[in-house]
Formats: sequence, C-alpha cells, structure tokens
Amino acid sequence: MADALNIEGLKTFFYTRQGAAKAVNGVSLRIRPGQILGVVGESGCGKSVTAFSILRLVPHPGRIVSGRILFQGRDLLELPSREMRRIRGDRISMIFQEPMISLNPAFTVGDQLIEALRLHRRISRAQARDRAVEMLRQVEIPAPEKRINDYPHHLSGGMRQRAMIAEALLLNPDLLLADEPTTALDVTIQAQVLDIMCRLARELGTAIMFITHNLGLVAESADRVAVMYAGKVVEEGGVADIFENARHPYTRGLLRSVPLPGRRTGQGRGQLYEMAGLVPSLFDLPPGCAFHPRCPRRGEVCLREEPPWRAIGPGHWTACWLEEADAAPGQS
Amino acid sequence: MIWKKLSRNWLGLIGLAVIALNVLVALMAPFIATHDPLQIDVANQAAPPSAKFFFGADEYGRDIFSRVIYGTRISLFVSVLSVLFATTFGVVLGAAAGYYRGWAESIIMRCMDAIMSFPAILLAIGIMAVLGARLINVVIALGFVYVPRFARIVRGSVLSVKQKEFVEASLAMGNSDAAIIFRHILPNCVAPLIVQATANLAYAILAESSLSFLGLGAPPPAPSWGNILSDARNFMLDNMWMTIFPGLAITLAVLGFNLLGDALRDILDPRLN
Amino acid sequence: MPPLVRVENLTKHFPVGRGFLARSDEVVQAVEEVSFELNPGETLSLVGESGCGKTTTGRLLLRLIEPTRGRIWFKDREITSLGRQAMRPLRPLMQIVFQDPHSSLNPRLTVKDIIGEGLRLHRRLSPAERKERIQEVMAKVGLRPEHYDRYPHEFSGGQRQRIGVARAIILNPELIVADEPLSALDVSIQAQVINLLERLRDELGLSYLFISHDLSVVEHLSDRIAVMYLGRILELAGRDQLYDRPLHPYTRALFSAVPLPRVGRTKQRIILQGDVPNPLRPPSGCGFHPRCGQVRPVCRETAPALAQVETGRWLACHFPLA
Repeated sequence: MADALNIEGLKTFFYTRQGAAKAVNGVSLRIRPGQILGVVGESGCGKSVTAFSILRLVPHPGRIVSGRILFQGRDLLELPSREMRRIRGDRISMIFQEPMISLNPAFTVGDQLIEALRLHRRISRAQARDRAVEMLRQVEIPAPEKRINDYPHHLSGGMRQRAMIAEALLLNPDLLLADEPTTALDVTIQAQVLDIMCRLARELGTAIMFITHNLGLVAESADRVAVMYAGKVVEEGGVADIFENARHPYTRGLLRSVPLPGRRTGQGRGQLYEMAGLVPSLFDLPPGCAFHPRCPRRGEVCLREEPPWRAIGPGHWTACWLEEADAAPGQS
Repeated sequence: MIWKKLSRNWLGLIGLAVIALNVLVALMAPFIATHDPLQIDVANQAAPPSAKFFFGADEYGRDIFSRVIYGTRISLFVSVLSVLFATTFGVVLGAAAGYYRGWAESIIMRCMDAIMSFPAILLAIGIMAVLGARLINVVIALGFVYVPRFARIVRGSVLSVKQKEFVEASLAMGNSDAAIIFRHILPNCVAPLIVQATANLAYAILAESSLSFLGLGAPPPAPSWGNILSDARNFMLDNMWMTIFPGLAITLAVLGFNLLGDALRDILDPRLN
Repeated sequence: MPPLVRVENLTKHFPVGRGFLARSDEVVQAVEEVSFELNPGETLSLVGESGCGKTTTGRLLLRLIEPTRGRIWFKDREITSLGRQAMRPLRPLMQIVFQDPHSSLNPRLTVKDIIGEGLRLHRRLSPAERKERIQEVMAKVGLRPEHYDRYPHEFSGGQRQRIGVARAIILNPELIVADEPLSALDVSIQAQVINLLERLRDELGLSYLFISHDLSVVEHLSDRIAVMYLGRILELAGRDQLYDRPLHPYTRALFSAVPLPRVGRTKQRIILQGDVPNPLRPPSGCGFHPRCGQVRPVCRETAPALAQVETGRWLACHFPLA
C-alpha cells in the first residue's frame, strides 16, 4: 500500500540577521493511509514548521531548503502553486491550536464551511449547507442547523475546535495535520475533542499527523510516534515501542520527566528525573549529535559525528550511536 | 539597545542629524549669525541674497539669515517646552485615570475629550487671545492643547501594563500605589510616549509658526519663523527669498522630527520584543 | 498546631456591565462559599478547569482581590479587612509565584532589582548585605552569580520562573501561592521546576497553595487536594484518598480524562457531555448536574453543601460514588 505521505530529508531554515535558524534539519517521516502518527517534542523542535512545510505555508523568513515531500506519487515541493492550492484544504488539511485565531470572527461558522466546500467542489449553496450541517452533527455539535448560523465567539472553546475539525474533514482529505489541536482546551473537553477527531478520521480513512508536546495524548491516540529534537527526528516507532521500549536518551529522559500516577513514595517526596541543560539554539547547533551536551550516556563519537538513522527493531528506528543496529532493516 | 537599532535606520539617522543641526544652530546663534537680527537697515530694504545678506533682507533691511538663525531658538524653545508641559500633565492625568479607574478616570478622560474636540489651532488662538501675546503664553497654550493626546496614550499604556503579573507581584510585596506607578508601570509606558513626543515636537513648531503668522505668537520684532513669513506676506511674489528661507527652515525642522519619530516608532514597536 | 491559613465561606462576585451608570445586577460568581484550612508545611492543591475559581481563590487569599463575603485568617489572625498599612508587614510572609514567565517579571528591571524588591521595601540593609542576600537566594533557586545584572529577556522560560521563585522567597515567607507555575513550560523544564519547589519546601519549611489543572503534577506534589467547579469546592481530601477513591462524579471524570503516557490503558474513559458552563449563568442546584452521569431531580433543585464525610475528607454531592 502506498504511503499517504512520505517526507524525505526535509530542511527548512529561517534566515534572519542572526544567521540561519535550522528549524527543520533533515526530517524523514512516513505516514500510512488512515494511520495516526504522533509527532512529539518540546518547543522549538521543529514539529510545527514541518507541518507548515508540507503545505508550503512556511512564513517569511523561512524557506524550504531541500528534501522531498511525496504525496500521492508527486513531490509537493515541485508542484506549481496552483496545484498546491488545490491540494490544500481538499486533500491535505490542517487544524491549529487556537480556534479563535483560525476561524474568521467576521463570518459565521456556516459561511466558512460553505466557502471551504465550494472552493473545491462544484455544488450549490444549498447542498453545501446540508453537507456542512451534517458535518457539524458528526462532530457532535448539538442543534447543528442552528449553530451553523453562529459566529465563532458564540461558541465555547471546545465547540470552536470541533467546528475546525468539521471544516478540516469536510472534503474527506487524505491527510489531516493537527497542530496542538487540544492544547488550549480544558482536560475534560480535550478528551471529547480528541475522541471525535480520531473517530471521525478513522471512519473517513483520513491519516492524521498529530503534533503535540503532550506525551499522554499521543500514547492514547497514535499508532506510531516520531520524537523530534532540535530539528531532527531522534526516534520513531510504534506507540508501544516508544512508550515501553524507548531507546533514544532524549525520549527516555522525556518519559521519565513526566510524573506518573501512583508513583508516590512514602510522603510523595520523590524526585522527578531532571534532564540537564537546555534545548540548544537553532542558530548554533552543537557538532555531532545535537543532544550530546545533555546526554548522560554520551561517548566520544557523539561529539564529532551525527548518528545515523538505524533500525533497532521491526518498525522502530532511532538516531543514536549507542544503539546497535538490528540485523534486518525494519518495515513499518 | 535603541541606539543600536537606530544606527541601522537611515531615515532616522537623517532626522536625528537635522535635529542636532537645529540644536547646534540655536545654541551657537550669536556665533553663526552675521548681523543683529533686530537691526534695521533701511538702506538695504528688500535686498536680494548676496555675500553680505546670505538670505537677503526683509522690508526693514533686517538680515533674514540672522533672523532665521535666531528663529531656531524660538522654535525649539516653544516646541520643547510645550511638549514638556503636555507630557508632564499628560502623564499625571493619564496615569491617574488608568491606574485608579472609576470616577477619576471618567472625569479626567471626559475633560480630555472636551479639549480634544476643539481644533488645535483654534483652541490655541483662543487661549492666546485670553492670555495675551507673549512667548511664554504660546508655550502654555500649545502645552494645554496637547495634554489630551499624551493623557490618552499614557492611560492606554497604564491600563495594559497594570494587568501584568509583575505589578501584582509588587502589590503582593506590599508596595505602595505611587511606587508601583513610578517604578513598574511608567517605565514600561515610555515607548509610545517617545513616539508621541517626537511627533508633537513637529506639530508644535508648525503651530508656533502658524500662530506667529497670524500675529498671535511671539510678539514682533522677535524673529520667529512664523513672524518672518508673516512680514514677508506682501512681498512674496517679487522677493521670493523672504518667504523661501524661513519656509525651508520650518520644513526642515518638522521633517527632522517626523523622520526621527517614524524611526523610533518602528524600533519601539512592541512586536519586536 | 493552628492552621497557617483558614478561609471560611469565601465568596467573590464580579459585577458585569461596567460604565458610569452600570445598572446590571448580573454578577459572575467566580468563587462561592469556599472554606478550607492549610496547615504549616503542607501542600494544598486547588484543581479544576477554566472558570472554576481556583486562580481567583489564590488571589483572594493574598488580598490581591477583595472578597465579596467570607473571612480569611493567616496565622490565627483575621486578615479579611485589614487596611493596607496593617497588611504590609504580613506581605513578605505570604507570597505568590505566577504562571506566565513573560509577564511576571518587569522587563525594565535587572534580576537583582526584581529579586531584591522585598528587601528594598521591608529591610534596611547596606548594599553589600543586600547583594549577599540576593545572591544567596539566587543560588538556592539554581541561578548563577553572573545573572545578577541581567535583564529578563536574556533568560529562558524556566529560568524566569526561577527568578520569580527567588523573588518570592527572599524574605522567608511561610506561604506561597503557586498559580499554575508550570503551565507555560516545556515538559523537561517542568520537572526541574517541580523539583526546585519541592526542595525549597523541605529546606525552608514552606506551605504551598498549589493551583493547577495538571492532575499528574498535583498528585506528585500535594498532601491534600480540593477539586473546584464553578466557584465551589466539590471535593477536598488527602492525596491518597482522592486519587485512590474519588467520591465525586466530577473528580472521577476529571481523572479519567487525563491522558497518560501509557499504552493500552483500558479505556474506561468517562467522556463528559456538554461544555464547562458559563459562570454568568450557572445551572440551578448542583452546578455539575447538566454533565453528571447520575443526576437525579434533587440535584437540579438544591446545591449540595460541602460536608465532612470522613476524617479529613469533605464532599459536596447528593449521591457520592460508592
């Protein structure tokens, strides 16, 4: 089965007066059709820029410097902009963290959904309206025929986010890029929205690239996980591989930093694992492995050369000098 | 930090240079001027520009060059003092309105609105008519007219800075309102104030010239640029030098402040924080 | 030993509809009849979602906002209506750490001025003594001496939070209200700051009122927890009690909604219907009833009072979970 999306060696740099910030520095990812890939990392790791690069919406002064993004047999980076516009919103759509910013406050929810539909399909306003109402119902917005005439500020945060999901999945895209879609929501609403997003996507066969810094969300909804650090993917594997058998020191450090339930010692005064140091500046990345200054297990070679991307189990890859390569190269 | 950014902004630097030139000329006037600006010389009535009279002479034979030079003093005096006046009162009123809200804010801001509802020049003329034609009254009149602009800006800034958590932190440490306003809030309101002040300096120069032109500014024979222009009114067509040079002086000074003000506004844009 | 802090029926209503002749009777019931005690050396956490009133409660405690009703005691002394002058000497003892590392530090002041403000206001020290004390506190929070003269913008989010903590502890407070101090930080930095807060608590004998929506962190740090919803406390219990056996349906739903970095968790997820309600128009009776899985008629009519159900355990529910 062909991949839904295949990113090869993507590099996106931001050229500023202080130099080039290597926001995405050689990222390769594959998403299968209908699969949910969780992309996790902390701020500045390049996960959002990767998503913007896929849609070729990288803001100035950023530029995609090299790489290929294969979608349905074509390299998106080579397409003329007219073609790209047809793909955006139709075949690949995106939702963002703050629905108040991405939904136009001057138009009703219905207007925006209908506009999105009629941009890509030849249907009448009435048909578009019906489809929009149906979609709002699918995302569990109560009384959708009434809500469709509401303005974004009439809706709660959770409902706005659901409206965004509705708009994104309206045209049955092959791939949905979800950039921190639930981060701004309360915990109980987060659970609702995530549930709806994943369920609907599975029903429609839409693959999801789920970008977040929240490991818990990824553990619960993703099929595969890619962990990013300083513009590169440092580990990728099935969700069980990552959470039960993480091998990259950064992934392991990250997992250990999160307080887990039930991990209480006598008076609850157990220390959390602390990763030393800070994320490096993207203008001034360390030589060799970008993580080496903070790595508790670094060796000589880590300071000098970048680690190769190696399979350490079926469908489980990492870039670390300390990991032995598995005999057979993995298939995901 | 500001200077570094300013040094990259060509137009801003030009503006700064022009202002510096004006200040220099004002300070060194006695050394630069060739004649006594008030010295009447009927023999040289309306003399065209020459080696003796760089900018020519006016209808009383006074050297226009020297008059323009000394006029710089008046323009800077009036503009700087009136803006200082407006800033001081504007800051006090705006800060009180923004920090204390409630009745204080309502009263203060409605008064500011009332003042602003008058066209600036008309209000200045009205005040001058009441106070009488003296240079210091020009300062007061213009200062008064400009207070609302500053008050509004300061109030807006204060409102926004007041919400910041570091203000709460200071309150939580038991700091007094006055100390919080002066130490925490006002220093963070400086940016829009600077921009408004430079723009207002330009307005003030123009306003002073206009008032003088109308006979309501610096009392003659003071060589304010507006007066020079006013005197030259009847001679404009035949003796163009009498109007061109003071006009250029005004234009240059105003341009200088505007360029600097624009540059500062770009630099101090909060988005660049 | 008397509690360090006690609040009784603390209530805060914010009027809606401002303006000269504000006629509106509408109020937002931000905090409603909140009562609890905080003991010396204890960490009490207030948890809940947006609009539950936890942040406002923290501020009410420190008298940064004035209560509409209710009483507050600090160290056995009632502080509800103390004037500004009377509050002043108490202030250094009850401090606050904020959520946003960007707006919690004055960008125009250096680190030494920010941290040293308490010293300036409450002590007469020579410049040398002042410097010594500030650097001592900086070392305690993990800042280096060379950071003394720097400005906030030169620091990362985690470091700025450390500066905020240093500012709070400079005069040896007894109580610190920590208002979502971790929410704006990356996961790995959160761990650092959590460890710092715990270390300081042990070293300095601090009590924390820890406000957060992150239940995993709360479980790690707290001795007791109060779960808030629409301005009221629904459940107040010791940590083990609460996490092992929540009694309120909302608490249980909250716990089950928290995403854990664990795979294959049996998804007995309780997904609450509906949205967090509008505090302007709170539901009748029990504020949680529209979303409650076991709502009965009485829940719509009467709001359950917060009552003690076991030693050290309080609940506001007509039909607690078994």
